[in-house]
Amino acid sequence: MRIYAICVYVFLYTPIAIIALFSFSAGRSASQFEGFSVKWYGRALDNPFVMDALGNSLFVAFVSATFASIFGTLAAIGLQGIRGPARAFFDAVIYIAIMIPGIVIGIATLIALVTIFGVLNPWLSLIWPSGGTPPTLSMGMGSLIAAHTMFTMALVIIIVRARLAGLDGALSEASADLYATPFGTFRQVTLPLISPAVLAGFLLSFTFSFDDFIIAFFVAGSETTLPIYIFSSIRRGITPEVNAIGTMVMLASLVLLIIAQLILRRGHKR
Amino acid sequence: MTQRARNWLLVAPAAAWLLVMLVLPLSVVFVFSFGERAPSGGYVPAFTFEQYANLPARFTAFKNTLTLAPLGTLAALLIAYPLAYQLAVKTSDKWKTILLVLVIVPFWTSILIRSYAWIFILGGRGIPALLESIGLDEVRLINTPFAVLVGIIYGYLPLMVFPIYVSLDRLDKGLLEASSDLGAPPFTTFLKVTLPMSISGIATGCMLVFILLMGEFLIPALLGGGKVFFVGNALVDLFLQSRNWAYGSAVAVMLIVIMLVTVTLYMRLISRLNTQRDDAPMM
Repeated sequence: MRIYAICVYVFLYTPIAIIALFSFSAGRSASQFEGFSVKWYGRALDNPFVMDALGNSLFVAFVSATFASIFGTLAAIGLQGIRGPARAFFDAVIYIAIMIPGIVIGIATLIALVTIFGVLNPWLSLIWPSGGTPPTLSMGMGSLIAAHTMFTMALVIIIVRARLAGLDGALSEASADLYATPFGTFRQVTLPLISPAVLAGFLLSFTFSFDDFIIAFFVAGSETTLPIYIFSSIRRGITPEVNAIGTMVMLASLVLLIIAQLILRRGHKR
Repeated sequence: MTQRARNWLLVAPAAAWLLVMLVLPLSVVFVFSFGERAPSGGYVPAFTFEQYANLPARFTAFKNTLTLAPLGTLAALLIAYPLAYQLAVKTSDKWKTILLVLVIVPFWTSILIRSYAWIFILGGRGIPALLESIGLDEVRLINTPFAVLVGIIYGYLPLMVFPIYVSLDRLDKGLLEASSDLGAPPFTTFLKVTLPMSISGIATGCMLVFILLMGEFLIPALLGGGKVFFVGNALVDLFLQSRNWAYGSAVAVMLIVIMLVTVTLYMRLISRLNTQRDDAPMM
């Protein structure tokens, strides 16, 4: 039995180890190790396309995780007091957001937004004051942020709601009995208690957005994120440079995940 | 401001966001699936069932998805169960958490990067080269259904281990001792005690993996080499290459319908299994 478990761990970690190992290869070949070198890391960090894609990924992940945490937390708090068909509908929509494959979310967002933009753009140029160039709505960073925020907001609502359900309702009642305003109760009682869940939700959202390929593939227009860059590089042929980027990305998500776990655990102990 | 109004105000931004970015796009897909393709690609409004009638043209994609998704789920279950059992029942508390975390960690790193590692392992210089050195020539692994299956199992194994572990960890170890004290051989104990008690974990794990597999695109794209494609790959082709939005929408609607039907049937089956167990006299 123990040998079996070890085999499964070997299965789980061999591919990751191979990528990390080949990223330190000195040669050009991606599948043969030819001496130790960190030059591919330098090459990757000097590549303007990689840095551009990395910048886009970080920007999209940060903005969408911020929106998702704020609006998701507000919604989780508001939902506590909502019952009946409206609540059932909202729960169903969140369930759908999590259930529907990413690829369907990607294509649906693509054709819906392209259609809407197609209707709006002529109107924009019509009402735009003469002299200036009217803005053209198109797929890009904005649509990508909107799509990632939609999905990660559903995640945040689920995480924060679980935390709220575990809270002692007597605390906010006591606060209200002591004449705290609703906002005062929120700021001084509820928020400190749910903040670990909110922060963990933010980090998970950030990781999801940073790693997402499939939604971005459809929705990002002509913009490139890091996963899109990696995917198209693989299509052109794997180089040790791609391995170096992959190793760095995995390390980054790992660090974020550990931070999220530590925060969640500390929150539960309190 | 009343409590009611305040609650609605808090929910409003999230509700609006979900309506515009989820409910509206999915409705658009549904409406477009009854439309027609414009000559230059895109969509022309119409009301026709033509797209649905044409679905058999993509039969292979549906067939591949509907064979490899259940097969991958089953294989992941068979590999995950003994590991979850070992972790939950046989491992000391000190090691439990860290070993479980080691299973989960790969799942949270990019599936794109983890999948392409298999291009090395299954490609010409990987396992086939090793097999050649022991005399097995010309074994092709990459770009076969087998490669896709390995990628699937690898990608989603952690998601299967976790819920089974949770259900086995909650199991009262006293029950296992009682069973063996009463003379049941280990296998009987497993069949009559452990397995029924972990059925909820198995059900959750299988459903999570199956749902994700139905929409899979990356693993067949990277490891199937265009020969083993899923519905997800057909969708990418229809929307990004041939720009046939109406037909693509019909394929997407069909995929969601198949998912809903199988998941509903599956949940029925599981709840029936559970009630049967409750009805059985306690031995």
